[in-house]
Amino acid sequence: MSDAAIPSTRRRTADTPWRLFRRRFLRHRLAVTGLVMLCVLALLALLAPHLAPYAFDGQDLEIMGQPQPPSRAHLMGTDQLGRDAFTRVLYGARVSLAVGLASALLSTLLGTLVGSLAGYYRSAVDSVLMRLTDVVLCIPLLPLVILLSGMLRPNVTLLVAIIGILGWMGTARLVRGQFLSLREREFVEASRALGGSNNRIMFRHILPNALGPIIVATTLAVGSGIMLESALSFLGLGVQPPTPTWGNLLNYASQWLQNAPWLALFPGLMILITVLSVNFLGDGLRDALDPRS
Amino acid sequence: MNATHLLKRLVGTLPLLLGVSLLLFGVLHLAPGGPLDVYADNPSVSPEALAQMRTAFGLDQPLPVQYVSWVTAFFTGEWGYSIRTARPVTQEIVERIGPTLILGGTAFVLSLLIALPLGIVSAVRRYSGIDYLITFLSFLGVSMPVFWLALMLQLLFAVQWRVLPSAGIQTIGSDSVLDLIHHLILPACILAFASVAGWSRYMRSSMVEVLGQDYVRTARAKGLTTGRVVIHHALRNALIPIITVVALDFATILSGAVITETIFAWPGIGRLFIESMNGRDYPVLMALMMAGSLALILSNLLADLAYAAVDPRIRYE
Repeated sequence: MSDAAIPSTRRRTADTPWRLFRRRFLRHRLAVTGLVMLCVLALLALLAPHLAPYAFDGQDLEIMGQPQPPSRAHLMGTDQLGRDAFTRVLYGARVSLAVGLASALLSTLLGTLVGSLAGYYRSAVDSVLMRLTDVVLCIPLLPLVILLSGMLRPNVTLLVAIIGILGWMGTARLVRGQFLSLREREFVEASRALGGSNNRIMFRHILPNALGPIIVATTLAVGSGIMLESALSFLGLGVQPPTPTWGNLLNYASQWLQNAPWLALFPGLMILITVLSVNFLGDGLRDALDPRS
Repeated sequence: MNATHLLKRLVGTLPLLLGVSLLLFGVLHLAPGGPLDVYADNPSVSPEALAQMRTAFGLDQPLPVQYVSWVTAFFTGEWGYSIRTARPVTQEIVERIGPTLILGGTAFVLSLLIALPLGIVSAVRRYSGIDYLITFLSFLGVSMPVFWLALMLQLLFAVQWRVLPSAGIQTIGSDSVLDLIHHLILPACILAFASVAGWSRYMRSSMVEVLGQDYVRTARAKGLTTGRVVIHHALRNALIPIITVVALDFATILSGAVITETIFAWPGIGRLFIESMNGRDYPVLMALMMAGSLALILSNLLADLAYAAVDPRIRYE
């Protein structure tokens, strides 16, 4: 409004959405820290076979029988079977991160599909899908996941399916809301006037405009997926040993709490750091992608 | 709000309950081998006996028939018998509900007592050091794996310092209230922890919104202290949206008890659930799932009604 403001806006190159997003995101220091942490964690997980000092099921027969506290040879100590705890935490990252990521993608996919259909077609489709959403939301999530895992004794893939299939409701409601308002906009009318098919309008025109909140929801879902998997594995109902995940490492460690507390310390710390990073990242993305702020 | 409205809402929950029961019935049939799977591994149960049980329990009937008889039995209070203990499921649940309500209730009150002041302070001192600190702590709170925190606190308070018992609800042979409280401290704190972070965030944003209102400015303008403005003028309105969140979360606290009760060997509903899971005790599991869903639906309803009751601007036709 004032004259002084004009030069500064002129100096800037044109604001593409991407530039705007990047500037807002980089301002959010915790989110950037979270992103960096997650990249490091992902690298550690991917490179685990090269970084780990021992094989993930390798046993040191000399010290077998009693867990050993952290030492130079074993940074996080060893368990009763003489396995290196650091190696197992590193390998645990692979499964925990993969389950979190895959289940978040699955629930986003389902939720986006349900929400798009409901919000776009409205009327009967909307009622049926949203009543279904209401019903699933009425069942307490954690007990249901525990029940299904207990019944099916899942491998990692099935576990991802269980967590993903039970997590789509929030995204569905979110996407439906976006579709309900976006479908009334002029660009949708324009596309329809040009003869665009329903699918084209839904997924080519409306969906990209609803992407911001979906990305944020997906990010946060990664955190809750990791948390749910660890809780299940902690209860002994998730991923089964010898495949290490942070959750089942904690399950094992809980039996040794008195004599080998270091076994419980590190896997939990890893869960905390990972989920914290995800949540910071999600918060930063929300600030950067929300057009209202 | 009146009786007809209440009745209408109650009737409105019926389709939800029906949907939930259909879904859970479907889940039950996902179990490999069906409900008689427990007996299938048992060498002393012959195939003929198994077939007989199948007929006796009506498991040879077509699925829709099975569903209808299951649902009518559930709604008439016949929840069947536990496979593990052979006692009525209702009896099993009634015995365990007391400890869970004690634990859940304590955790609920505790979270309110911690979360609301934190949220208020955060909102009143917005963008100050203490606001950032509380915000950071709440991020830490929602990201905390509670089962790990429980292990760590057990390690510190029960193993290292030996000031609190690590598990159970009572010392054997003692039935004093003090002993119960002693056992309650750790699990209640852990269970409360999960909701404190979320609730303080809600409280903060709700309070920030109210503090921006004109009438708050008026209150300030007539010379009231910040404390008086916040407590007497802003707080009541800021609490309205919190009611919904808190009512909904009570059911979440109860389902969170599954993990907490397992870690602390608390003899409540949550532990019963895990025990039944390990024993493949499907009648108990199904009853608990149905009861849990019913609790969730009712707390939803309660949240709506309470919301309308405290805020006269909200009218349901």
